[in-house]
Order: sequence, then C-alpha cells, then structure tokens
Amino acid sequence: MTKLVLEHVSKWFRTSSLHVHALDDVTLRIAEGEFVCLVGPSGCGKSTLLNIIAGLERADRGIVQTDGQPIREPGPHRLVMFQEAALFPWLTVLGNVLFGLKLIDGMTAAERQQKAEYFLELVGLKRFMHSNIHELSGGMKQRVALARALAPNPSVLLMDEPFGALDALTREQLYGDIQRIWSHHRKTIVFVTHNVREAVCLGDRVILFSPHPGRIREEFAIPLHRPRDINSVELARYATEIMRVLKGYVESEVAG
Amino acid sequence: MIVRWLVASLFFVGLVAAWHLAVKARIWSPLLLPSPLSVFDYLRAAAQDGTLWEATWVTVRRLLVGYGLGIFIGLPLGLLTSSFRWSQDTIGILALGLQTLPSVCWVPLALLWFGQTEAAMLFVVVMGTVWSLIIATDHGVRTIPPIYTRAARSMGSTGLHTWTHVVLPAALPHLLSGMKQGWAFAWRSLMAAEIFVTILTGFGLGHLLHYGRELNAMDQVIGVMFVIVVIGLVVDKTLFAPIERFLHLRWGTSRS
Repeated sequence: MTKLVLEHVSKWFRTSSLHVHALDDVTLRIAEGEFVCLVGPSGCGKSTLLNIIAGLERADRGIVQTDGQPIREPGPHRLVMFQEAALFPWLTVLGNVLFGLKLIDGMTAAERQQKAEYFLELVGLKRFMHSNIHELSGGMKQRVALARALAPNPSVLLMDEPFGALDALTREQLYGDIQRIWSHHRKTIVFVTHNVREAVCLGDRVILFSPHPGRIREEFAIPLHRPRDINSVELARYATEIMRVLKGYVESEVAG
Repeated sequence: MIVRWLVASLFFVGLVAAWHLAVKARIWSPLLLPSPLSVFDYLRAAAQDGTLWEATWVTVRRLLVGYGLGIFIGLPLGLLTSSFRWSQDTIGILALGLQTLPSVCWVPLALLWFGQTEAAMLFVVVMGTVWSLIIATDHGVRTIPPIYTRAARSMGSTGLHTWTHVVLPAALPHLLSGMKQGWAFAWRSLMAAEIFVTILTGFGLGHLLHYGRELNAMDQVIGVMFVIVVIGLVVDKTLFAPIERFLHLRWGTSRS
C-alpha cells in the first residue's frame, strides 16, 4: 500500500537577494512500512522535501498526499526528528516525551505517563526520565528525541540528519536501535542524510538527489539482510557504487 | 552553606562595627552621622507606634500593584512587537524611546493628570516597568531557536498552545532579566515620586525619608533607607530567586 505520494513537486525560495530553485519536479512514492533514505550533497533540497512531507512547508507546485489525503499542515501522524535534538530545556526528559502525547485527545494522564515510560524504556533511558536535558550526552538527547517522536504513535517518521552531530561510536549504536525499533513497530520512515554509508545501512531504498535545482537522479534498492552492520563489506560495496554515481553528478555540475 | 552564612554575617557585623567606631571617633557631628544604636532606636520606636509598618505597607502595595499592572500590560505588548512588523515599527520604537527616559520624569505629568492621588503613583510605577518589560519580552521571543517552534508545530501544537507552552517558557531567561530590570525601575521611580511629592491618600516610605530630612533626623533617614534595602532583598529572594533556581536547574547554567 502506498503511504506517501509526491507528484511533480516543485519549490522555490525567494529572498530579497536570492532566488533558489529548491526542488524541481520531484516524483516519489513510498510504501507503508518502507524505510527510504534521501541522500545528496547540501543544497539538494532533501530537507525541504522532508519539511513538505511534514507539512511544515508547502510545495509551490505538485501533489503531496498521505493515505490519499493532501498534506496541508503538520499532523501527529507524521512526526519529525531534527538534526539537533530540539528538545525543550525547560522540561525534563519525561516532560519532553509527554509534550506530544498531551496534544492527543482522548488519553488519560495515566495512559500518557505509561506510554511515555514505555518509549523511554524502548530507547534505554527510563532511568533518566527525571533528568534535565542539559545533563544528557548528544547520543542520549537524540534517543529522547526518538522516544518523543515515537510516543504519539505516528505512522510516518521523518528524520532530518538525526545523527549528523554524533560521534561514530554513538551513531553505530543508534543504527542498531533504529533498525530494531523499525522492525518491531513498522513505521514508514523517510530518512535524510548526506552520509551514503548510513543511507545504505538503514534504507530499503536510497534516493539520490543532486542540487541546483534539487531533483531526484537515481534510485537504488538495497536488498541486504537486517540487521545490517555499517562496517560490513557488502554494505560498503553498495555505498561505493552510490558514491561513484553521486560524484559524477557533482563533477558534471562543477564542470557545467 | 554554614561557611557562607558565617562569611556573610561576619561581613555585615564588621560593617556595623566600623560605622560604630567612626561615630565614636567623633570625626563628624552626630547630627550628620548618627550611631547604629540611634538608628535602631528609631526603627524600634517607629515599629512600635505603627508608622513604619503603615508606610511600608503603603509603599509595597503601590509597588506590587503598579508592577503587576506593568507586567500585565508589558508582556502581551512584547509578544505583539516580536511577532508583527507593524507593531514592531510602532509600539517597539515607542518602547525603545521611552525606556531611556528616567521614569521620575513622569512625576510632574502624573501630578497634573491625576492630582496627589494613588493613581499618580501607580502611573509612575507602571511607566517605569512597562517599557523595559516590552523590550525584554520582545528580545526574548526573537532569540528563541526556531527549531523549538518547528518541533512543537510538527507535534500538532498551534496558536495559543505554542505561545504558552513553547514561546514563553523558551523566553524565560530573558523574561526574568526583564522582570528584574522592571522591578528595579519601578522601585526607583516610586521612591523618587514619594520623596518629591506628598500624596494625600497614603504616607509611604519615601515620605518618611523626606520628613526625616526636613526634621534633621538622620537616624530616621538612615533607618528608612535600611528598610528600603531590606525590602529589595526580600523581594529578590522570594520573587526572583525561585525562578532563577529553576532556570539554573533546567538550563544547566552555572550557579554562583
């Protein structure tokens, strides 16, 4: 079943000094429960596309639908996890996870509490639930952000370079976590990254973007077994191939 | 903790002792520099006959009502100027200009408009508070990382909920410094007003100080100054210190 439909989506940004063609005629279908990675150099419009799916920005042209309904505004079925954790420092860890839950009608306080604790347990941070945000490490913050995004039970999870600012070791742990959670909860995940290896490690499909204007260049299916290890040779072979193609586009752009 | 108390009390006992010795040395006439004991005697007598309590209550009431009104007016106006260009270009500029005006300059106008009444006193206090609060709120809201509101919006927070649950708490550090500054301005303007003019509806600390001067009673002048300082300290410790503790705890800024 198709979860997300994007047809001929275009987007321009205009400021007084700049006129940027961010997305050019992007067409993409994402199936329910699929893990899709959007890869490309910075400025290729992949984050913009994610924001459009989230409903945080509007496309200037084209169709954007989820479950057959046009996307006009943000909704609890499509939650975003940002590069910086974007956790609220005035709330505790638990308070942050409860924030989204409190915006859902028809739940009792006890149900919310139970749900928040469940997801904190899932990301392994239940014993930090009364901690303050500044007391957590970068990796722990992103785990809390993940719990916060999962708790309202969205059917689509949108991740905008969520591990970009973390060290390699912490990142590897989170690759394991995210695959485990995805295989248990079967969310549809759209994952934006500029790290090709990361994309191959996580995605069923890797969609390659090129910049100026942002458009889809190529698509790669990644039929590797899960859970995947980012250091495996097979995975590296896919990554090398995608990297080679990506370099071709970037070089042709520089030359042209 | 005990050490800190000890250091503080030693310091203040030392200060009073130095004062006492200076009086004993008879460098200045006791008319100009009364001894700590005579100030204490004045305070005891004024407390016993009730004038001190009466005056303190009158002043504190004016201050709290005026300050409360100032916050009540300034906070929403600051939110307004931070979110709309037109209000920034009108109220924002007005606030910026009037903030530089020492609020005691309002006293002559207040007397002409409201006569020697409570309303005149309140007017002066509100004028002292409101502009710095508008500017602090405006600045606080503008410096909030945009990612907070984006994250909140993606979880389904809109309109008033975003303002009360995200924007205001995120701006709290700036709001607090604005509130403290507003408080200091309110205090200064009220004292100036009370020393300048006799208000028929209530006899405040400023008047007590003024009559001390008229009667050449320096013990009264210094006694009232002492009370003013103590009130300032008590308000800081009861009104602002708890918010500051909360900020330090959650944001993880260092505690002095």
